[in-house]
Amino acid sequence: MKRLDPRKLALGAAAPLVAILVSLLLTSVILLAAGDPVGAVWAQFFKAPLPRQIIAIVNEATVLYLSAIAVAIGFKMNLFNIGVDGQYRVASFAAAVFAGQHWLPGWLNIIVSLIVAILSGAIWAGIAGFLKVGRGVSEVISTIMLNYIATYLVAYLLKGAAVKVEGSNATSTAIIKEDSRVPGISLDGIIATPNKLYGLIVLAILVGFLYWFVLSKTRFGFDLRATGRSETAAVASGVKVKRMVLLSMVISGGAAGLVGMPLLFGQDYAYGDTVQSGLGFAGIAVALLGRNHPVGIAFAALLWGYLNQLSNGLQIGAGVSDRLVLIIQGIIVLSVVIAYELSRRAGLRLEQNRVAAELAAQRAKQQPKEVAA
Amino acid sequence: MAVELHGITKRFPGVVANKDIELSVRRGTVHAIVGENGAGKSTLMKILYGVQQPDEGTIAVNGQQLTLKSPTDAIKAGIGMVFQHFMLADNLTVRENVVLGAEKLHGIGDAASAEIRRISDAYGLDVEPDDLVADLGVGARQRIEILKVLYRGAKILILDEPTAVLVPQEVTELFNNLRELKAEGLTVMFISHKLDEVLSVADDITVIRRGTTVAEVDPKTVNARQLAELMVGSALPSPQTEESTVTDRPVLTIQGVDLAGGAGRRKVLDGIDLTIHAGEIVGIAGVEGNGQAELVEVIMGMREPTSGQVFLEGTDISDWQVREIREAGVGYIPEDRHRHGLLLESPLWENRILGHQTQAPNVKGQLIDAKSAKADTERIVKDYDVRTPSIHVTAGSLSGGNQQKLIIGREMSHAPKVLVAAHPTRGVDVGAQSSIWDLIKTARRNGLAVLLISADLEELVGLSDTIRVILRGKLSGAFDPDTVTREELGSAMTGAAGAASAAGAGTTRHTDSTSDGGTP
Repeated sequence: MKRLDPRKLALGAAAPLVAILVSLLLTSVILLAAGDPVGAVWAQFFKAPLPRQIIAIVNEATVLYLSAIAVAIGFKMNLFNIGVDGQYRVASFAAAVFAGQHWLPGWLNIIVSLIVAILSGAIWAGIAGFLKVGRGVSEVISTIMLNYIATYLVAYLLKGAAVKVEGSNATSTAIIKEDSRVPGISLDGIIATPNKLYGLIVLAILVGFLYWFVLSKTRFGFDLRATGRSETAAVASGVKVKRMVLLSMVISGGAAGLVGMPLLFGQDYAYGDTVQSGLGFAGIAVALLGRNHPVGIAFAALLWGYLNQLSNGLQIGAGVSDRLVLIIQGIIVLSVVIAYELSRRAGLRLEQNRVAAELAAQRAKQQPKEVAA
Repeated sequence: MAVELHGITKRFPGVVANKDIELSVRRGTVHAIVGENGAGKSTLMKILYGVQQPDEGTIAVNGQQLTLKSPTDAIKAGIGMVFQHFMLADNLTVRENVVLGAEKLHGIGDAASAEIRRISDAYGLDVEPDDLVADLGVGARQRIEILKVLYRGAKILILDEPTAVLVPQEVTELFNNLRELKAEGLTVMFISHKLDEVLSVADDITVIRRGTTVAEVDPKTVNARQLAELMVGSALPSPQTEESTVTDRPVLTIQGVDLAGGAGRRKVLDGIDLTIHAGEIVGIAGVEGNGQAELVEVIMGMREPTSGQVFLEGTDISDWQVREIREAGVGYIPEDRHRHGLLLESPLWENRILGHQTQAPNVKGQLIDAKSAKADTERIVKDYDVRTPSIHVTAGSLSGGNQQKLIIGREMSHAPKVLVAAHPTRGVDVGAQSSIWDLIKTARRNGLAVLLISADLEELVGLSDTIRVILRGKLSGAFDPDTVTREELGSAMTGAAGAASAAGAGTTRHTDSTSDGGTP
């Protein structure tokens, strides 16, 4: 038997495609029921994106990718870190405040700020990890609570840290100066747009690589995956599960801390009350769709960005609220969860049958001396 | 005939399937179905209970041919199943547990209580509807399970290894209950591999071997030995110890180990003293649940003893972690390989790493050395005769015996000094069983100290150099497997003072026990 069973691979690829098709179908039904123009809506979604939209899609996907990786680290351990949303906002705020002080020059300021972000996210997630290990509090509950606390804590601290900008009502931290910004990557010559990709897309790729490397190549990653697959077997194999829970929560939070960084250093240059929220929740959906796989998540993040960007023209193009995209995304997530579970079971059954069949064939090849009594 | 099965065949990947099963059960009898672990008894019963559908063959209940697509169909046909593992909610009362899922029959209130009392009185089940299940012992819980089935109108009861969890007095009570059910015209199908019990309670016995029915015998005309031979095939492959390889060098020493139970409970382990020498197999016999699992957990470092010490070659390892203990050379064959020994959805080569994540050839520094691990897995598959098409298939797709051979191969690949083997042949087929015995004997010959925990006295007597019996967390003195009788072991396992009457075959063994349903 070959390593990669083509039938298993096909099964793996079929699941997300089926989920996407199902969601298109169900959304059409909803549109019909509401009396909206189905054709016009899909015409809007299936338009080739404009060059500036392509940049926007990739930029959005960059941020979602980081968020989804943070969630996926938890998923690999059977931990559900719903708190990425709070973790990245706490971390973005901390990093923005630090970077805005300009204690360090240029790139050094950026790098240390990134470290500040990782640490703040890790500490915030670590609270939930500590509560789970020490007190048995479900991380689902505690991270949701911590999201609320993060919202108000940051709003409160922002008041104290805010810098008054002439002629504006917005409150925000001090603007990061020119020399501590991450320049965008221009695709001039490839596609015709002055817009640029976030420079920190490099960071997202690096995080994705580390995620793959640590999980599949290191001892630590093996322990983590073993714990996720079977906690009892992991304990018997010598994994200290409590320590793993705390560590993976902290690492997940550290990755979550980076979610806001492409925005901070590539677009907003400050943390204010207009900063984008909800990225953490979108990350859960993207991680599910991408099956916790570093490449799968990249595709899922791009799909999410694509849907978001192309929904912008819905109101004008089809007279339908752009909120429709939330319905599509919601149905994708639901169908994908079902499709994955079904394909997982089908895959296991397929393999059992294959093993039984190949063993039977092997036995038949040897002399058939053992006939059941 | 209450139940007639003809030509039942079930092809089933990974485990022993059923093939041409012929079975006739007379109404109003206790019909035992015996066979070794993995012989296909459970599959057969699942087919009869509608959990699985046969590929071929017919099922007739009370003369009527039926297709059972689900347990609901089976219940409608008057078949009820009492599973080995109880399915009761602790925090509910007996009545609530019984009516759960059958609310339509007699409601959930007084009418239901009245019906429960009626059934309980009719069959002498001694079940009180308002008791909280959490307060009840194992025997009482089993009676509730039986009552649940009767409450749903079953006339044919299937009991899957009902005595595995019971202490001897409870077994006697259960058998008395079964006789009452029989007297009332109900039919009981009783699955077991404990031959003495089968002989004492059954009216008819059907023997299953390798998935097919090989004989129907009358319990009055066979003895346990003959029955065992029918189960296993012509020659009984009893494990035979070779010449002694026991040395006087202690490898694993346990001194005065206590393990406290929950608040207000008795100790789970009570003053355990045990020494295993190089080249020695020490067998631990005992009724399940008397501290065997906890003893293993203490040795492996999954639990810390409340007091006392464990020494590995003179080093105190009582407070070591699991990983340190495994690195120090303690191999582990867990009782439940699915929960503790394998990652069922991971490929074989990753399972070869499991438990040895810090040792060569699996790792280089902090990195997993997949190439060497895979090569070594190939070696294990070859040397230990693991039947698999590839090392890339998931562990869950192998049969029980092959999973176990993989585990043993893995554990023996790290030059262990001690091998802790808990029920190493449970749920594996006969062929794998004898090769696992051979592997354990090889380990002994290579100077390992082996702790063998088993419920199979034959296995214990055949393999061990010394047998100890565990009862309520205490170890008995040493028995010599060459001279000890089953009766002596049996009485030590039950704690009966009068050794002669307490254990062994025969229906007379508990007639003197007047204890009425009290559980320890």
